[in-house]
Amino acid sequence: MTSNEQWPQGPIVLLGPQSDYAEIAQVLDNLEVSGTVALITAGWQENEAEDDTLARRMGRPRVNLALHARSEKAFGADADLACAAAARQKHLQHLQEFYRMRLDAVDDVASAIAVRHVDPLELDEQRQISVTQLRHLDADHLARCASVLDDFDATWKPRERQAVTTHSEEIAAVIEGCDAVVIAGGHILALLNRMRLFDVLARVGRRPIVAWSAGAMALTERIVLFHDSPPFGKNLAQVIDPGLGICPGVVVLPDMSRRVQLNKREKIGRFAQRMAPATCIALDPGSRIEFKDGVLQQVKAERLTIAGDVEKEWKP
Amino acid sequence: MSQVIEDFAAGPRTVHSIRAFFRANTFPLVEGGAITFVWRGEAQEVRLRHWVFGLASSQNLARIAKTDVWHLTMPLPPASRVEYKFEIVRDGHGHWIQDPLNPHLARDPFGANSVAHGAGYSVPSWIHRDPESARGTYEVVEFPSAVFGRRKTKIYLPARFRSSRRYPLLIVHDGDDYLNYASLGSILDNLMARREIPDMIVAFTNSPYRIGEYANDERHARFLTDELVPYLESKFPLRAQPQARCLMGASFGAVAALSTAWRRPGFYGRLLLQSGSFAFTDIGEGNKRGPAFDPVVLFMNQLRAKPTAFSERVFVSCGMYESLIYENRSLIPLLESTGMDVRFREARDGHNWENWRDRLREGLSWLYPGTFLMMYE
Repeated sequence: MTSNEQWPQGPIVLLGPQSDYAEIAQVLDNLEVSGTVALITAGWQENEAEDDTLARRMGRPRVNLALHARSEKAFGADADLACAAAARQKHLQHLQEFYRMRLDAVDDVASAIAVRHVDPLELDEQRQISVTQLRHLDADHLARCASVLDDFDATWKPRERQAVTTHSEEIAAVIEGCDAVVIAGGHILALLNRMRLFDVLARVGRRPIVAWSAGAMALTERIVLFHDSPPFGKNLAQVIDPGLGICPGVVVLPDMSRRVQLNKREKIGRFAQRMAPATCIALDPGSRIEFKDGVLQQVKAERLTIAGDVEKEWKP
Repeated sequence: MSQVIEDFAAGPRTVHSIRAFFRANTFPLVEGGAITFVWRGEAQEVRLRHWVFGLASSQNLARIAKTDVWHLTMPLPPASRVEYKFEIVRDGHGHWIQDPLNPHLARDPFGANSVAHGAGYSVPSWIHRDPESARGTYEVVEFPSAVFGRRKTKIYLPARFRSSRRYPLLIVHDGDDYLNYASLGSILDNLMARREIPDMIVAFTNSPYRIGEYANDERHARFLTDELVPYLESKFPLRAQPQARCLMGASFGAVAALSTAWRRPGFYGRLLLQSGSFAFTDIGEGNKRGPAFDPVVLFMNQLRAKPTAFSERVFVSCGMYESLIYENRSLIPLLESTGMDVRFREARDGHNWENWRDRLREGLSWLYPGTFLMMYE
């Protein structure tokens, strides 16, 4: 992870999905960005380079940092690192799978208790216990993930290896010539792992960052996967990664109105309670939140409350 | 009797009240766990013809006295889906028709049936063509097979197809029927667009003599494994690994998928079997289903005698209202005993294409989970 001293010092704007990239130019105007933009589309994976439409809508020159392509080259040039990174990902996948099994078990027990004919106060107490158990599993899992990531960095020192530093230095030089960094959505882990590999945030300095969907998630300190209608299995949200952490205190939920059944108040309340004290913020189309110096400043987005409401008007 | 029918029968039964009755209701009438079929007209007899195993396949509708309204109430558990027709008997001759009061139809290679939906059933949204889902493309390949002569196979390439990538291969038996009657084309587009399954290449195969070729025929296994797959792997960017090869089929097509995988252990890592005609006997080799099933019984009895882990993940689905539910239920512990990862889904439906259609999302995404939980565009 990026150390605090290297945190970007400029404003950070997080947005909801950008199906037609309509808001980007406006946001960049507001941030008084007139020059070249450093673009990160690594979440698009192999389609990373297909950014013409986005560039046109931004209305500014852009340089795509090509993190996905660079990672392919770096791993191609350093087989040991590639092998170690693949093993790390396999380990993380297993951790995720087993954590998920534990979540399911807690949820099964919670469902079984919920139908017992006992005093409602006792059921309330049991609901609290279930939330506590979920919180414990989440925290434990995130700590384990962080530990795996830290161990990998300590053992393999990827940012000191030639195959990586060549690209990191090029990335730093590109960003140096840009006025802002724009991070698109896509596959959250594909994006996050590449931003981490090249330590991109350490190069940003005072430049503003505009990010949406997976790009926004990557900047927070807890990545939560969620969907109420998976094709099979339970619809339990799951934490997956500690994130880059420059937007603390929030869990962002891109495209929430499409992915979550908003009429399930108890479920929403339980989720908000599970994530507390972080604020759960919906990043739907048109949503916008702004951070400065690691503090949430402005909000135009709904938040989930512990009471199970989706609150439209609120202030940080 | 249906409460709605009871109320109607207790009324004046005038031309006006009959018209009002038909205007006020949709048919068939679904009331909780019961369904009432209604037909209007002159006839000697009116019969319900359906394919629900466990209920008499022909049941007479009763006429409400002094009207030309006929009705029959039967149990229909929630979430059921039943295909049916009416048989109208006039001058001693029966004539099968679709229910003129019910707009829901299910097509199959033999025509179309009316469809009754039990309480809580809804047609899945993911089967419909979604303008936001980019469409895959199709091409037809034809190659000379030493086994079967020239055979054409329709190939689906995903909308995001890149020749530089490698894809899993799904081979579909009765491919044209899956496209025409189970909406498989739009389902693939939708599930891939939503990343519920990964991009994959799909081969839609067909057989001019499926009852023979699909019934545990070594020639079919040879055609698929030694000819079609190598040909496709030479022509398309496929991941040549068992985990990336899936055989799929329904009814006899499921037998073809299962027997081919069994004949080539370790080659096909994924199987999607729908309402398989997995007839077997516990003693002797005679079967009640006719000679077409003889080779199936031989195969199933062999498999049951010595089950082995010839694949890795197997999704099995079957309708509760089909006669094959017993055989399919029996297959599950057998497959599980080998260590293969098995998922079984029963549905309140029959032996038909829409039942198979409705299970495709769960089956395909379980066999090949996509990255949709990771995607936030």
